[in-house]
Amino acid sequence: MATVNTLQKKSRWAAGVTPYAEMGYYNLNYEPKPTDVLCAFRLVPQEGVDPIEAAAAVAGESSTATWTVVWTDRLTPFESYQAKCYRVDPVPGTDQHIAYIAYDIDLFEEGSIANLTSSIIGNVFGFKALKSLRLEDMRIPPHYAKTFQGPAHGIVMEREYLNKFGRPLVGATVKPKLGLSARNYGRVVYEALRGGLDFTKDDENINSQPFMRWRDRFLFCMEAVNRGAAATGEIKGHYLNVTAGTMEEMYERADFAKELGSVIVMIDLTIGYTAIQSMAKWARANGVILHLHRAGHGTYTRQKTHGVNFRVISKWMRLAGVDHIHAGTVVGKLEGDPNAIRGYYNTLREGTSEADPSQGLYFEQDWASLPGVMPVASGGIHAGQMHQLLHYLGEDVVLQFGGGTIGHPDGIAQGATANRVAVEVMIQARNEGRDYLNEGPEILAKAARWSPELRTALEIWKDVAFDFTSTDVPDAVATLTL
Amino acid sequence: MRITQGTFSFLPDFTDEEIAAQVRYCLGNGWPVSIEYTDDPHPRNAYWEMWKLPLFDLNDCTAVMQEIKACRAAFPQHYIKVNGYDRTKGRQTTTMSFIVNRPISEPGFELERTEGQDRRIHYTIRSRNRFAGQHA
Repeated sequence: MATVNTLQKKSRWAAGVTPYAEMGYYNLNYEPKPTDVLCAFRLVPQEGVDPIEAAAAVAGESSTATWTVVWTDRLTPFESYQAKCYRVDPVPGTDQHIAYIAYDIDLFEEGSIANLTSSIIGNVFGFKALKSLRLEDMRIPPHYAKTFQGPAHGIVMEREYLNKFGRPLVGATVKPKLGLSARNYGRVVYEALRGGLDFTKDDENINSQPFMRWRDRFLFCMEAVNRGAAATGEIKGHYLNVTAGTMEEMYERADFAKELGSVIVMIDLTIGYTAIQSMAKWARANGVILHLHRAGHGTYTRQKTHGVNFRVISKWMRLAGVDHIHAGTVVGKLEGDPNAIRGYYNTLREGTSEADPSQGLYFEQDWASLPGVMPVASGGIHAGQMHQLLHYLGEDVVLQFGGGTIGHPDGIAQGATANRVAVEVMIQARNEGRDYLNEGPEILAKAARWSPELRTALEIWKDVAFDFTSTDVPDAVATLTL
Repeated sequence: MRITQGTFSFLPDFTDEEIAAQVRYCLGNGWPVSIEYTDDPHPRNAYWEMWKLPLFDLNDCTAVMQEIKACRAAFPQHYIKVNGYDRTKGRQTTTMSFIVNRPISEPGFELERTEGQDRRIHYTIRSRNRFAGQHA
């Protein structure tokens, strides 16, 4: 640190302040063990602060260190408990550096996201010696991953349970977000499901407000879900949001949803990591799929130089045990660079992945058979983008068309049908080996000749695109931004 | 009503050429194809009757199409679906599944409601097909 640099070299254990780097928190020769938790931080030191000392300080403060030497360290095998920064790379053309830090697995309680995060991001983000700090990626060793339940069901079990294979699932969030009575709300659910959607969804801030109490909503929605199933012969679901002020209330709502026969319930990221883990255990024990809305994440995931990258949140949520998580659309109204989003989707779905700088993946990751999480693409997407959605997001995804269903001028069911036709025709084209990304508009136009629902949807939303520059793009390669 | 289970139920019924294209996609991915039929398309009927064993050793699209046609000839008024299967570790599941035959008339389902206390309703979906599930 700036003040520390002026100190004379002193013994490691002399009382007072010793630079973190000299206390063992920086070790270029350290070779990470297969059991270590690894982190990549993007840090910007204050003027005059040596990046290596800044990186060592992050390692120190996120493990054993405090600001001054304490003799009680000598009562411990501190070499093992100290985190070690083993590599610092400058990011060309910026004042940023990427610091790689290894943590011994014994620093963390088994199966606790709260403990993991209290260590890794607990203290260091407010550090005065840093201008900013961002946790870019983590390698969770299989030894630690195996101490978590993981997704209550996972992608494979969800598809087998729902009897839906070979195409993205399609859904819609009920709109308007707020203000509908329970009976009117259920109408939207019924129309969307009978029209062809697999799922409808409560929004993140639909909980139990004066205009619609949760119990009333659950009852009307389950009437709609069952009507939709009988009308189509398909299994249908509505994500009943059980987010509430206390765990007890969430369990009460989730139990009621289960008793009514709902295949799925929903929680918000705002309930906190421990509550999410509790609901994941509940979901597995009760055979109910668990949907997570990432409400609030943009406050700390969006800025390039400070916060926590969403790929890290994805890893924590896979460990915590959700079955669905919103993970970006590429083409919709919310932030997301195509390569970064591909990295999130791989993180959520794949059994193992290699380090890939182009996707912002700093480490390899082996999930040790923890099931995959189904990513959800939601926010400003419509049927006319189907070729791009399939290309960027793949097949194991829930595509949620809220406005793109309910905003259809001929009706909600017609909006749902337009989306389902567009998905199926694009999968057919892909499987036939066509260049569907480039031929997408023609493929859709051809289907619109026999599908009036799709024809209207394409016409009304043909010019809708959200062309903004991403605030966060992986560094390694110049990438296109939609 | 038209039952919309399966990967492609919202598209017009596939021609044999279109079915063959999807079969080729399965075989090209190394996914063995299987054929199943039923007269009980209840959404929770996970076990349609198997038309022979999964066609593990049939890598030829024409031969698979012959099996589909033979199943159709034997059960012209049943639902018949074609599935692809991926045995890869971590998947070990169906990869696609689409209906290739339907009865001329699809009777659909009834929704039965049993009212309970506190406004709760217990729902049961029943296949309207008179003989549904009673014979193979």
